Amino acid sequence: MQQSSDGAFVEFERVQKSYDGETLVVKDLNLAIGKGEFLTMLGPSGSGKTTCLMMLAGFETATHGEIRLGGRPINQVPPHKRGIGMVFQNYALFPHMTVAENLSFPLEVRGMPKAEREQKIARALDMVQMGDFAGRRPAQLSGGQQQRIALARALVFEPELVLMDEPLGALDKQLREHMQFEIKHLHERLGITVVYVTHDQTEALTMSDRVAVFNDGVIQQIDPPDVLYERPQNSFVAQFIGENNTLDGTVESIEGDRCRVRLDHGEVIDAVAVNVRAPGERTRISIRPERVEYNAERMPADAFRIRAEVLEFIYMGDIYRTRLDVAGNQNFIIKTRNAPDQRRLKPGEVIEIGWRVEDCRALDAA
Amino acid sequence: MSDTTTGQGGPVSAGGVMLAADGRPLKQSLARAQRRQRLRAFLLVAPLLAFVLIAFVAPIADMLFRSVENEIVPETLPRTVAELRRWDERSGSLPPQEVFVAMARDLQLAETRKLHTRVGQRLNYEYTGVSSLFRKTGRRLSRMGRELKQAFVGLDPAWGEPATWVELIGAPDWREAQAAWAARRARAGADAGPEPLFRADPAIAALLPQTADFYAAFARAIQTEDGDSPTEEAPWPLVYDALYRDLSGGADLSRHTGPHADLLRAAAAAVPGFPPVSIRDEMLKVDDGWGDVAMWQTIKAYSGRFTNGYFLAALDMKKTPDGIAMVEENRRIYLMLFWRTLLLSVGITLATLVLGYPVAWLLANLPARHANLLLILVLLPFWTSLLVRTSAWKVLLQQQGVINDLLVWIGLISDDARLVMINNQTGTIIAMTHILLPFMVLPLYSVMKTIPPSYLRAAKSLGATNWTAFWRVYFPLSVPGIGAGAILVFILSIGYYITPELVGGTSGIFISNRIAYHISISLNWGLAAALGSILLFAVLILYWTYDRIVGIDNVKLG
Ligand SMILES: Nc1ncnc2c1ncn2[C@@H]1O[C@H](COP(=O)(O)OP(=O)(O)OP(=O)(O)O)[C@@H](O)[C@H]1O
Ligand SMILES: [Mg+2]
Repeated sequence: MQQSSDGAFVEFERVQKSYDGETLVVKDLNLAIGKGEFLTMLGPSGSGKTTCLMMLAGFETATHGEIRLGGRPINQVPPHKRGIGMVFQNYALFPHMTVAENLSFPLEVRGMPKAEREQKIARALDMVQMGDFAGRRPAQLSGGQQQRIALARALVFEPELVLMDEPLGALDKQLREHMQFEIKHLHERLGITVVYVTHDQTEALTMSDRVAVFNDGVIQQIDPPDVLYERPQNSFVAQFIGENNTLDGTVESIEGDRCRVRLDHGEVIDAVAVNVRAPGERTRISIRPERVEYNAERMPADAFRIRAEVLEFIYMGDIYRTRLDVAGNQNFIIKTRNAPDQRRLKPGEVIEIGWRVEDCRALDAA
Repeated sequence: MSDTTTGQGGPVSAGGVMLAADGRPLKQSLARAQRRQRLRAFLLVAPLLAFVLIAFVAPIADMLFRSVENEIVPETLPRTVAELRRWDERSGSLPPQEVFVAMARDLQLAETRKLHTRVGQRLNYEYTGVSSLFRKTGRRLSRMGRELKQAFVGLDPAWGEPATWVELIGAPDWREAQAAWAARRARAGADAGPEPLFRADPAIAALLPQTADFYAAFARAIQTEDGDSPTEEAPWPLVYDALYRDLSGGADLSRHTGPHADLLRAAAAAVPGFPPVSIRDEMLKVDDGWGDVAMWQTIKAYSGRFTNGYFLAALDMKKTPDGIAMVEENRRIYLMLFWRTLLLSVGITLATLVLGYPVAWLLANLPARHANLLLILVLLPFWTSLLVRTSAWKVLLQQQGVINDLLVWIGLISDDARLVMINNQTGTIIAMTHILLPFMVLPLYSVMKTIPPSYLRAAKSLGATNWTAFWRVYFPLSVPGIGAGAILVFILSIGYYITPELVGGTSGIFISNRIAYHISISLNWGLAAALGSILLFAVLILYWTYDRIVGIDNVKLG
């Protein structure tokens, strides 16, 4: 954990959760979220992200452990007293109320006088650029518009913490990207703390201050996006975030943060020792496709070089994507920018590729 | 589309009409393409449509018709109805001789056609005693006017011969046809078919209108009812009375040349010497009920083809010579029953709602396994016979029943103050609430099932307490289910019959019990139909009001 736990705004301490008394859906979760932070929970389906969010919101109780909000334990506080804003995946806008009534709801239950309410509603609607839609019913709005209203409703009572459970899951790609920016900007402008759940890794990377990667009820790695991408701590994270080439082998020797690995195919290569402890251990080497070079003129002097056969060339507009056979791995992908000085490789061609040792990471065999 | 020549939607004709690929107007092609589909859809629903028409629409139409239909009176008593029109019912005096004569003739015919008890019963609904009066008189009619018959036969024995009458009254072409038929029958026996139906000679009908009319009616009646022939049966004494009345009324026979003209002229000359006969006196002799002016008023009031009498009766009203009035205080029941039916149905609907709402909520929110079990429990009552369930309530609720025993045993009530919970309204409400509960629970459940739990969570996350979240969010969303359940339960209970009959005693019965009584015991179907129609209208009006207030789109029946 990066943040010291006394400065944290939201804290999970040794939290466990089981629905059926037999399996743990969340196993020993420790997490500290700083004030004003945008933290994303990312992970495959069923990994326990929603469960964590629901425990934080108060709709599920932790089987074990403590959850603190602003230093105060909230395990016993009912949801409506937690003052946490929440955006649901299906928006959960009340269909029998107009947009204005939906926004007015959290203010009314707080006993706010009418004039003040109206002012806040207008401000919240303007904030999401939906000022003209106050009189509409949710069913008369498009998906993106509903999304904005849900956002406005979660923010209108000015909570310090907002939870969002896959809020953009139902939108098409373009609208999703647009909304990502809007949410991000709102977060920056309002200075609120956001816990965001998604299983879209691009979304996680573009929006978050930090990303917590979940798998099987355990946080695999929690780091800022660039660290997560460039320095994955284990092969699950490497595999889950972005595209990734793997080569399996056995550790021969370890020297400091470097190690030497003999691939199952026979080659011996050097790599950064991330997750290996002793020679003889099985390991999986991870190399990002865009860090592989085949253009001899650009090849760094100290690069590790290896022969490869071109199997498939795919033109994708902004990039070329080429599938190679490298040391027995026939799914070795390289990506190159579509630039005038780049050559289009032909299937059947045998070339030499290379990468820098820093870009080649020896992880657990998983 | 603004571009009319090269629009992307296809070619456009000079008139600006869209054309399909084959050059026909697009609209026409579309209609043709859809007609086939529509036909197929129609054929698919046709069996159901036929079933609905036969099993539902037709009976309702029949009921509506029966509630105003009064054919039987003008049909069976046409002469009386015609004569009564000339009688002033407000004069307070008995109708004139002609009305009695007409009544005697109508009854004689009705008796032959075995209709006099039915018309008697119909009028008995409106005026007690008519039925027995008609039956009693019907038996004596064949002797009315026999002195006249004797006088005619005494004058000339030919008057006693059936042939004389047939030749005198029958139309010449009918007589030819009849003769041909008789010849055929002599050869072929029964294969000759029925005798041609009697027709009177228009010439004689102009001369002797009453005789021709009544004799023809007599002849046809015995032909169709008994399979007899007028050539073999002497007419009823009342026919002689008719002839007597025509002749003494001064029929001009001087230019008459038909058969038996001389016989007729001789009779006309002798008639003034015949003993005077008053059918009115004879009928009064049979039964002095004929002297009741109010009865005659009733017959006149109900002589039309259609009547509002059943509806008036269903609303505790009746017709009097001075217009429509309420019936006597102690005979009013239907308005009170309608009112009670409405009130109890509302009560039952509210009770099912109060009991059913939490059950439906549990059903919709329990995990599937438990919910299925609960659903089975809710549906369990449907698996036992309605009678068994209702009888079980008898066992539970009666004064020596389980519940009273329990209360006495606990000491809540003393042994001599056992609660009366059956054979009154309490019994009806309890038993019907139980029986109709599933009809409330199921629509509620089906609506609640569609309310995502995230709405409640959203409300709570926005700061609402459990109660506010329920009242402001969940409850409004469940209103369509409440509407559907309430309409269902209300409409079912408003027409319920068996349960009130068994546990309602006298103070807990519904209007439908009265309808059932009129259908199966008093056989006054017209009144039953009128009561049923009023019930139907009441439901339709309520439905309409409901639609105006809540909106029927807001009702979800599944
Ligand atoms: N109410 C519940 N009762 C029992 N098990 C549940 C319940 N909710 C979730 N689970 C189980 O807990 C595990 C984690 O579920 P959770 O909803 O937290 O996953 P998630 O990470 O949000 O997945 P997704 O990305 O698909 O939303 C899953 O295996 C799920 O089957
Ligand atoms: Mg989830």
